[in-house]
Amino acid sequence: MADRPIFDEMTGLGDEVRQPYANFHGWFEGEDPRHLRAKQREAEELFRLTGITFNVYGRAEAEERLIPFDIIPRIIAGREWQRLSRGIEQRVRALNAFLYDIYHGQEIIKAGRIPQDMISRNDAFEPQMIGVTPPGRVYTHIVGIDLVRTGPDQFYVLEDNGRTPSGVSYMLENRETMLQMFPELFTRNRVQPVQTYPTDLLNSLSACAPDCAEGKPCVAVMTPGIYNSAYFEHAFLADQMGVELVEGNDMRVMDGRLCMRTTQGYKPIDVIYRRIDDAFLDPLNFNPESALGVPGIMDVYRAGRLTIANAPGTGICDDKAIYSYMPEIVEFYTGERPLLENVPTWRCAEPAALAYVLDNLKELVVKEVHGSGGYGMLIGPTSSKKELSDFRKKLMARPSNYIAQPTLALSTVPIFTKAGLSPRHVDLRPYVLVSPQGINITPGGLTRVALKKGSLVVNSSQGGGTKDTWVLED
Amino acid sequence: MLGKTANGLFWMYRQLERAENIARLIETGQRIALTRLGSTEEEWKSVLQTSGSLAGYYEHLGDEITRDHAVDWLLRSKDNPGSVMSCIAQARHNARLVRTAITTEVWEATNTAYMTAKDQLARKVADRDLPGVLRMLRQRTGMVRGTTHGTMLRNEIYDFARIGTFLERADNTARIIDVKYYVLLPSVMSVGSSIDNVQWEILLRSVSGRGGFRMAYGAQTDPHDIAQFLILDRRMPRSLAFCIGKIIDNMAYLSADYGGQLPCCVMAEEVQQKYLRLSIDEVFEYGLHEYIQKMLGEMAALGRQIEIDYRFYE
Repeated sequence: MADRPIFDEMTGLGDEVRQPYANFHGWFEGEDPRHLRAKQREAEELFRLTGITFNVYGRAEAEERLIPFDIIPRIIAGREWQRLSRGIEQRVRALNAFLYDIYHGQEIIKAGRIPQDMISRNDAFEPQMIGVTPPGRVYTHIVGIDLVRTGPDQFYVLEDNGRTPSGVSYMLENRETMLQMFPELFTRNRVQPVQTYPTDLLNSLSACAPDCAEGKPCVAVMTPGIYNSAYFEHAFLADQMGVELVEGNDMRVMDGRLCMRTTQGYKPIDVIYRRIDDAFLDPLNFNPESALGVPGIMDVYRAGRLTIANAPGTGICDDKAIYSYMPEIVEFYTGERPLLENVPTWRCAEPAALAYVLDNLKELVVKEVHGSGGYGMLIGPTSSKKELSDFRKKLMARPSNYIAQPTLALSTVPIFTKAGLSPRHVDLRPYVLVSPQGINITPGGLTRVALKKGSLVVNSSQGGGTKDTWVLED
Repeated sequence: MLGKTANGLFWMYRQLERAENIARLIETGQRIALTRLGSTEEEWKSVLQTSGSLAGYYEHLGDEITRDHAVDWLLRSKDNPGSVMSCIAQARHNARLVRTAITTEVWEATNTAYMTAKDQLARKVADRDLPGVLRMLRQRTGMVRGTTHGTMLRNEIYDFARIGTFLERADNTARIIDVKYYVLLPSVMSVGSSIDNVQWEILLRSVSGRGGFRMAYGAQTDPHDIAQFLILDRRMPRSLAFCIGKIIDNMAYLSADYGGQLPCCVMAEEVQQKYLRLSIDEVFEYGLHEYIQKMLGEMAALGRQIEIDYRFYE
């Protein structure tokens, strides 16, 4: 991949500053680097003070850590964004139609577009959802589609994240920090606002309330607890929406409703934005060992007296084997050609694909079908001989657990280093809200950046950082 | 509001109050050690007793009580759940738990208190740094109280924060008296001796009450007045009568919001009626020690009843 030219979003393939960055670049040239370095430190201080931290799994000591923040924004032109938005909206509509279909008539299987096995033998397929229609027919209330860019007009969807996309608090706090540190940048550039996200989220969730909701629907955010890696975000969203942050043991099922224990007794909840996995939701219906869930919550849900966001069973669209069928899925449900491209994907369960993958391991990225967070994946080009041969063994032992993709030449955006600007690979996660009233995409999203030179892994758990993401008004 | 949130607020403020009180006890102990008027080992022993961590000290550090060990144990020991560091860490933990109920200012003040304490208490504190560190701890916890006062709505959230604060404070004052009650008893011997004077000063210092006492009762220290000041004086913000009065006020606001009076409110009013409307002479007649023991028991029971009535756990 090193021999392929890499597209830099600020300078393109050459040394010319691209139009969306022109204004910013002019400002940057006039700034004293010492002043900017002080600002970078100030940003870190601000983050530490607000307590925007994440917990790293499997690390007892450094219990809370900050995700590094880089002060150079990632800038997207308004018309670039419009194109992206249309593609995202199309894809999200298809995802919801697909979820409805596989839990009802399964037309897509009958039409022979997806093999039966792909659904019925998929761990993420939730038999309890068969025949259940969520209020408003919405499955994925909140989506965070991961996109990467390889050229001026070339975007790929990397993952659909229909289950519980995280990171939106960073989108908001990054903007807040930039506004505090560089107010002058926002008078020089017309940046579309992201700050309405919490209100939009509350409105979108409220619009999905079940029929039994009286007056203003009661919305709550459900967290696995203070030790969860994304606890800050759960508390942040509840706070910003002005709703309660609940854990399983704050709730119980009473008179056919999900209720929370308040200082004045139990009170019904209409919409629950849960940040725990399906398996832990209900010890009676799913994992009986779960101490995080609420016994009987699924019965309330199936009776149509509660909205669970996202709906149980949506995890199947995060499955990387299902992902490989997304072009067919989009076409099947929308009747349109997909506007956003999928990364070509080899399903290792298929013998021919496996043979190809084994032959070309050094060129490919191999991922676990249900993996996330950058764990358990192989990046061929940057792996040692030993890593390759170890991974080969794992792959051969359980081929159906893996998919492979070509190593993409991810675009770069400069970060601010001691030596000045230096390009680093990035991805982009825009946040999408779905309700019967429509699809709302926040202009911007979370830009994750691999801080290590040449690295393609942007995950915070693997040492990635974040940037503020600007969408300009043209 | 969730029962869990009420619980988190109640304990967040109790722990902050406790951290501040322990810091003050250490300051007092240090002062005595420096002026060398009493037996310092005895003084540190009573400080440990007051803080409720004497048994833990013996268990972790052995029978010998030294100033160094005692200060370290009270200030920063991880093995001591009542050390200043442990209390501040727990308070911050609870603040994270109730992050949606407190303002950004309160959260940031709490987080700053924690980060500063963690930084300054990372290593054993050198003698010469101790006064500065203790002052910093008092200021940081004071900042949380200040932001609470200045930015929080006067609603149920505030009520639980206040109830936690004052229950802890009343408990703390009662413990201070409990450990030293004998110095206040009318004694045939050594009335007004220098030993007594030192002990009385310790009592007043432990509640930051020397200036207030002088203002209200004059420069002449008298055990009778001190008892009155610490127990019954409603001007004194750390006296039992003041703290219980505040608890009752905040419970009344809750009752007004929620409608109906809960058993814990009745209980608090009974405590006030029965024990805080007495004269100080009646307290001495009752027996100072018995009286304080009784109050400690009543406050523990009140804490348990609050948990039940506001559904902290179930």
